[in-house]
Amino acid sequence: MLISAKARWGLRAAALLYLLLLLILPVVIVFTKTFEHGVGTAWSYMTTPAAISALSLSLLMAIVAVPLNAIFGIGAALIIVRGRHRRLAAVLDAFIDLPFLVSPVIVGLALTLVYGIHGWFGAWLASHGVQIIFAPTGMIIATVFVSLPFVVREVAPVLAEVGDEQEQAAATLGACGWQTFRRITLPSIRWGVLYGVILSTARALGEIGAVLVVSSLVAGSTLTLPLLVYERTQNPGSAGVTGAYAAATELAVISLVVLLAMTLLSPRRTRST
Amino acid sequence: MATLYLSVIVLIPLAAVVAKALSQSPSALWRSISNAESVKTLVTTLLAAVVTAAIASVMGTLVAWVLVRDEFPGRSVVNAIIDLPFAMPTIVAGLALLVLYGPHSPLHLHLAFTRTIVVVALLFITLPFVVRAVQPVLLERNREVEEAAASLGASNLTIFRRVILPALRPAILSGAALSFARAVGEIGSLVLITAKVPIASIVIYNDIEQGVPHAAASLSLVLMVVSLVVLALIRRLGGRVAH
Repeated sequence: MLISAKARWGLRAAALLYLLLLLILPVVIVFTKTFEHGVGTAWSYMTTPAAISALSLSLLMAIVAVPLNAIFGIGAALIIVRGRHRRLAAVLDAFIDLPFLVSPVIVGLALTLVYGIHGWFGAWLASHGVQIIFAPTGMIIATVFVSLPFVVREVAPVLAEVGDEQEQAAATLGACGWQTFRRITLPSIRWGVLYGVILSTARALGEIGAVLVVSSLVAGSTLTLPLLVYERTQNPGSAGVTGAYAAATELAVISLVVLLAMTLLSPRRTRST
Repeated sequence: MATLYLSVIVLIPLAAVVAKALSQSPSALWRSISNAESVKTLVTTLLAAVVTAAIASVMGTLVAWVLVRDEFPGRSVVNAIIDLPFAMPTIVAGLALLVLYGPHSPLHLHLAFTRTIVVVALLFITLPFVVRAVQPVLLERNREVEEAAASLGASNLTIFRRVILPALRPAILSGAALSFARAVGEIGSLVLITAKVPIASIVIYNDIEQGVPHAAASLSLVLMVVSLVVLALIRRLGGRVAH
């Protein structure tokens, strides 16, 4: 299109205004609200025992869920792209996106129906003194569920793109399966893995819907950082919702770091070597 | 191993939801999804998702066009912040919208607890889908056809409608389908700002809290069927579910 300068300006202004109102303004308002009573007040809300416990619980979610899903993701991507069982690959490929499509609240419901007191394994678990629902374990399982597909979906296209010629060459030169994987496959997919890891970390730290259902919402034990935002907004107490803004700001800062990492990695993730 | 992991984490729990919904008699299941409350919830949720997908398609295509074809200082920064909704916890977006449009709105726009704010929240969380689907297609497009059309006297609108839009359509549709699917199940950004607006995910949450898992499972079953239809549609369009 040979667009006039005026029309070009109009389109640019419309797009930028839309992004300003939809993306920038909400972030700015959370920061402003957090610090309206001074940095000290905000800091004190971020360092209460409940807030520190929430941050550590959120980190625990990511520390457990992300490595599990990274290992699964690499394995599943190998099966989908390289596997000899084409039918297994097709089935895996078809079901792997389910966690992205199912509402997080359904994930929570599903876990309650399996591990809850009236669930499939509820009686057995209770008789062995194991509590999953309304405890951190259930929240971790929920987090693993919702962040499951990220690494697979980043790694599979890279694997398909690099092809298997180098792997075959390594095999003909006598490399065993593990050597081929470690020296040839892994280096070629490493940026894809890293990008997937960043996306799953962001999701694990920020998830609320699924963990909301399986959490007992007790400050200091089963509140993650997003749940703390929810809890402090619903029950503001005497101090008002500044505490919620403070927790939200912590999350916003984490997400800006994630965004920066995504931006830096983005050009590399599709390039194979 | 991978299949076992997927089964334990994903498939068995989801099967439990289906089993719970189907453990009622067919007429009870039908009653729980066809009563006035449930129908209102489903209509409101699907309508909000359709409106979101429609606006996201138009604005997402516009943003993608500006990012690819326009040049201005700071373009790479703007390009980077498109992914913010993927990086940002949804509850933060919900809280921000509550501040901006709630009872003490600095803009004097009291939209909280309305359908409008639901759509705004959904537009926030689904922003990257259409933009990121359309951008690569626009980047790869050869501009010669557009220039040829222009030299033959076609107006900008005609070129857009007859040349550019047909090429972008699959990408826009795939981005819109992803936005729709995401919007139907969203809870995090809505939980603080919907109140009485009947949004499916929040109704399901309330059902669980009030100890009526049958009702929650029935509504979940409908949502899961909707998701599967959308998944099939996306696959047909050749799109990817992750961005």
